[in-house]
Amino acid sequence: MKKSILEVNDLKVNFSTYAGKVQAVRNVSFEVFSGETLAIVGESGSGKSVTSQAIMQLLPVPPAIYEGGEILFEGRDLLKLSDRQMEKVRGNEISMIFQDPMTSLNPTMKIGKQITEVMIKHHKISRSEADKRALELMELVGIPMPEKRLKQYPHEFSGGMRQRVVIAIALAANPKLLIADEPTTALDVTIQAQILEVMKEIQKEMETAVIFITHDLGVVANVADRVAVMYAGEIVEIGTVEDIFYNPQHPYTWGLLGSMPDLTADKSQKLRTIPGSPPDLTHPPAGDAFAARNPHAMKIDYEKNPPMFKVSETHYAKTWRLHPDAPKTEIPEIIKERYNQYRQTKEGDSIV
Amino acid sequence: MISYIAKRLVYILIAMWLIITATFFLMRLAPGNPFASERALPPAIQESLNAQYGLDNPWYVQYKDYLINSAKGDFGTSMKYKYRETNDMIAESFPVSMTLGLEAMFIAVAFGVLIGTIAALFHNKWPDYLMTILAVLGISIPSFVMATILQYYLALQLNLFPIAGWKGFAYSILPAVALASTPMAFIAKLTRSSMLEETNSEYVKMAKAKGISKPVIVFKHALRNALLPVVTYLAPLTAGVVTGSFVIEKIFSIPGLGKHFVTSITNRDYTVIMGTTVFYAVILLLAVLIVDILYSFIDPRIQLRGGKSND
Repeated sequence: MKKSILEVNDLKVNFSTYAGKVQAVRNVSFEVFSGETLAIVGESGSGKSVTSQAIMQLLPVPPAIYEGGEILFEGRDLLKLSDRQMEKVRGNEISMIFQDPMTSLNPTMKIGKQITEVMIKHHKISRSEADKRALELMELVGIPMPEKRLKQYPHEFSGGMRQRVVIAIALAANPKLLIADEPTTALDVTIQAQILEVMKEIQKEMETAVIFITHDLGVVANVADRVAVMYAGEIVEIGTVEDIFYNPQHPYTWGLLGSMPDLTADKSQKLRTIPGSPPDLTHPPAGDAFAARNPHAMKIDYEKNPPMFKVSETHYAKTWRLHPDAPKTEIPEIIKERYNQYRQTKEGDSIV
Repeated sequence: MISYIAKRLVYILIAMWLIITATFFLMRLAPGNPFASERALPPAIQESLNAQYGLDNPWYVQYKDYLINSAKGDFGTSMKYKYRETNDMIAESFPVSMTLGLEAMFIAVAFGVLIGTIAALFHNKWPDYLMTILAVLGISIPSFVMATILQYYLALQLNLFPIAGWKGFAYSILPAVALASTPMAFIAKLTRSSMLEETNSEYVKMAKAKGISKPVIVFKHALRNALLPVVTYLAPLTAGVVTGSFVIEKIFSIPGLGKHFVTSITNRDYTVIMGTTVFYAVILLLAVLIVDILYSFIDPRIQLRGGKSND
């Protein structure tokens, strides 16, 4: 029933630095189906932003090197397109929402022009038509007094309003895929909720597929249909929101879920963290990259990189503990407690 | 806007007073006087000359007279060239210097910005290296060397331009190029570095994500933001170039204002020193004001305000 619009296969992206080659994205594969929201979560430096920018080919080459793999967008390999062909994809079929609305708008260009520019470029429509459509978009993303606002400059907008403008620009050409790279990270919490609301509504209305990059699991629970967990340049677990939140398999996912702040916990309880730090990706470890930080690590975790094991039709995880011969490790007690809490809060709607 | 300009004009008046005062005292501190020559003048003549120009008055009276005359815009007759009004000397030579200066400005800004932008567009590729080499040459070759090279090759060898003189447009090309070479190179470097900074910014990345092509990003998005430092440099450049260059005018024998700045000082020609200094200061201060107004047109975030209260 679901049609896949984006298929990333074995994507490898390296960066050449003075210290050596940094393997930022290592054999990442995933699919995005039309109309769904895929969240990519992971800590800083896990390769989630690089993956998204690789899809748009926004990484400057050099230092970035597309080492291998393919990015199939509706069957076409984007990595093989020329610059000219890629320009027709960017902003038109795939568009992007950036993290910081304070810097992502051109300070010396009127908002209206920044919105219409995309439509004039890709849809070859007249200026007056573009203006009319810009007005509609401004209303869609919830900016009051759009006629007046279109003639203003970015510095006359607040952060939340600017992010709405950025969303309007991203939607201007009716893209099939929208990549949101931490769109709420730079905003304060109340504005975050508003922006997420706007994005959800728009997705419902326009049936755009969304790749939502974030490190905020609360946001994930709120917006995503499926979740990919990234660690050290690899996807370690991928599945539906329910799979990831109620039946996580990878120890790193346990760690992430365990370290979410919990408002219901009593005050004596300390915030849990994952001990250690991610590996140096100039020399990634031979085995499971998470092994050094994993309290449940086995010998094989240090020696051999695990393949993706199938948990269910929608759920895959990259850990040796799913191997049929592996000893059964129990899911930590704390994580179990969390599920029960999630289940309870789920009844009361959202997890956030 | 209007109250802002009014406020700035008041500042200009204060600055002018400071400049006139400083010039007056510096002038008096320098030894010698306008009437000194190899042949010593008889004391009686010296005294009558001093009396004629008011140089026998105590310094505060002279200072007061200067202030009043400067405010009226009347700088008196030259002490060296009898019967020549300072104002006439400026009025005669300034149009020549200004024509030359504006031509040089046009060359410097147009080519400087273009070269800088191309260098940034091809960052770390051969056009960038070529432009950088040209810019370094432009900055390091002094204008008089540039002038003689141009005269020798383009005028003497190839006979494309007249060597020197001031009899029409063709005569102005070589001196304008010689005058423009250093500021042009400087503007090119300035544009290149600020353009590179802009092209690494988030909004340029976003413009790229919108599917806009690179040349359009550079010229429509980044250039306007990159021009602010260049515009800042324009104020002192205008004042310096428009009021004439002693060296270039000498080499091309152009009857411009530049020579008066130098000769009036060696002659201790007090009235002409004061006239040229005040004139230069007025041009500089007006250029700075115009640049500040230009800012607000280039960058909408900069707003000109008369007072501090209306925030």
